[in-house]
Amino acid sequence: MEELKKELKEKIIAALNLEDMSSGDINDTDMLFEEGLGLDSIDALELIIILDKDYGIKLTDSKDGRKIFQTIETMAQYIADHRTK
Amino acid sequence: MEAIQLFFLKNALQMKNNIIHYCNIKNSEVYLDGKKLYSAKGEEQFSSFIKGVYKNFDLDYPKFYKMDPLCKLAITTSSILLEGIKDNIDPNMAIVLSNKSSCIDVDLKHQASISQGDESYASPANFVYTLPNIALGEISIKYKLRSENSFFIFDGFNPEFLIKYANSLTLLGKSNSVLCGWIEVVENEYNAFMFIVKQETGIAFTKENLIKLI
Amino acid sequence: MNLTQNKIPVYVTNGTCVTPLGINLIDNIQGIKDGRVAISKNIDNNLQKDPFYGAVINKELLNKTFSNLKYEGQFSTLEKMMLLAIDEIANNFKGQFNDKCGIIISSTKGNVDALSTDNRETYFLHHLAKKVSNAIGLETEPIVLSNACVSGIMAISIAKRLIQSGSYNHFIVVGGDLFSKFVFSGFQSFQAISSEPCKPYDKARDGITLGEASAAIFVTKDRALTQANSCYEVIGDSSINDANHISGPSRTGEGLFQSVDNAMKEAQIDSSAIDCISSHGTATNYNDEMEAQAYNRAALEKTPVFSLKAFFGHTLGAAGLLEAVISLAFADEDLIPPSLGYNEHGLTLPLNINNKIQEKKVEIILKTASGFGGSNTAVLFKKCITDEK
Repeated sequence: MEELKKELKEKIIAALNLEDMSSGDINDTDMLFEEGLGLDSIDALELIIILDKDYGIKLTDSKDGRKIFQTIETMAQYIADHRTK
Repeated sequence: MEAIQLFFLKNALQMKNNIIHYCNIKNSEVYLDGKKLYSAKGEEQFSSFIKGVYKNFDLDYPKFYKMDPLCKLAITTSSILLEGIKDNIDPNMAIVLSNKSSCIDVDLKHQASISQGDESYASPANFVYTLPNIALGEISIKYKLRSENSFFIFDGFNPEFLIKYANSLTLLGKSNSVLCGWIEVVENEYNAFMFIVKQETGIAFTKENLIKLI
Repeated sequence: MNLTQNKIPVYVTNGTCVTPLGINLIDNIQGIKDGRVAISKNIDNNLQKDPFYGAVINKELLNKTFSNLKYEGQFSTLEKMMLLAIDEIANNFKGQFNDKCGIIISSTKGNVDALSTDNRETYFLHHLAKKVSNAIGLETEPIVLSNACVSGIMAISIAKRLIQSGSYNHFIVVGGDLFSKFVFSGFQSFQAISSEPCKPYDKARDGITLGEASAAIFVTKDRALTQANSCYEVIGDSSINDANHISGPSRTGEGLFQSVDNAMKEAQIDSSAIDCISSHGTATNYNDEMEAQAYNRAALEKTPVFSLKAFFGHTLGAAGLLEAVISLAFADEDLIPPSLGYNEHGLTLPLNINNKIQEKKVEIILKTASGFGGSNTAVLFKKCITDEK
């Protein structure tokens, strides 16, 4: 799970162009949206693509994304439970 | 009304638009009103150069990093241009931008991402930038400009059109000032020229002057 | 000098269009009256494995019809679509071609199909523009407007301003965009493509259906040039950016409301004078709701409103112009077209969605559009009174 969390942080930094950030700057329980990292609706869609492309999970309702993408912790847990890649 | 008051009123009504400020970003250098403010001679890569400009001018706008090359160039040029007057920007300042190559860099990036056969995944963060007028949107958002804006494409810098159209906007009461620009970037070739026109003293808004200033 | 009080009138006339419903305006109007749609279920393995809904023109028919026009040289699909749309206008107004007659071409992605080939040159919008304007023998520098999905209607606004300020006397305005994998895949990544033909304003709406089309119209200051049964004065126009988000519309419809409000002020009318609204109505959750916010703020909630996107799909750079042309053609007959796809109200605010063809004396029509980058455009058209000619 630690490996997966680190991998996720690195993917997010790369995909969302979070310049000048490294995986050490993101805590597992930081809010990704609203406060914390301040990601927006396009970033949420980008995370959905990551789930599909890298972990084989298809999320058809972006509203489900809100719960799953709350923190790195919740994202990693969801991926661990549902990944097909 | 006294004759002298009438004279000033007539003059004010007939005052033409003039170029009151302008900014150039090209050949690894940044100029504001003709004065060189930054140079990174030797920096050939656009992405490194524009990041250097962003940092040098302390633009403090993290959204910059998500933008495609066209928007990075547009937001940087406009930020430097507007910095000096940022507390005095007309809320209805129109924005008229133009270029030759639209947003070709991000278009090619998107095209490549959908040409990978079964491994094709379009990126929403890319796709959202595949329209040249997004640059107008980014400037509008940063400066809260709820105003007229349009993006035009020509095969080269077209000063006559910018003059005709910008003048029509102030003449017809659509805006009090216009931020005009030529923002062109293809890979590592770039040229940004943005200027503000308004009925105030400045450089005469003519084709000859625009060609000299770009 | 300030012309806000003494602007010369500007007219539009001779609207035309090319869509899957027909290669001319009459076929398109008849198609809508007959309840036919341009949207169909398609299979294209180059696009994706599964079938998809889209409004795609029959290319064999397009090529055959185009070859009858005798334009010399090679033209891309989009160039053919545009030339088919402007051919009649070019013939009718050739006598006006001089340095005070311009052309505005509205397109978001132009020959986007060129990106997957080695023919990079045709990708450039100015290249497309030159091909089209040279083909009809117009020598003024073509103006390309590439401003997302408002381009088609904004182009009429640009033409009006350049005429009123004295730079031009007439414009040919033409818009067009292709149905492409480039755009389809992008909207898919946004989860914005509807699983069924789109349903603007409906409770069950779930996104857009893409389409391809071209449309054209003649814009002029010369009332004598307008056709007797197709003459509208452009009495107000405004395009105000939301300044909110680059892809999501303002939740309060700020930019669209201000555009509509400005257009009404310029036309010196209030909302009660507007007979119908040809809206943007893309059938995404956010767009349709945003329009409801804006129209209510402008006191237009009782005015019959219709979206044509369930007929033609979302035709991007053609949309604003195509839908204006269709709306004006219906208005010629004192008819309001239906807003297809609407069954159950799916907005938090009321709107008077016109869900079948309505007979009504139509004098003033509002056309609106919204697009990525926070763009919004509102244009008001007023039918010319024939004995004034």
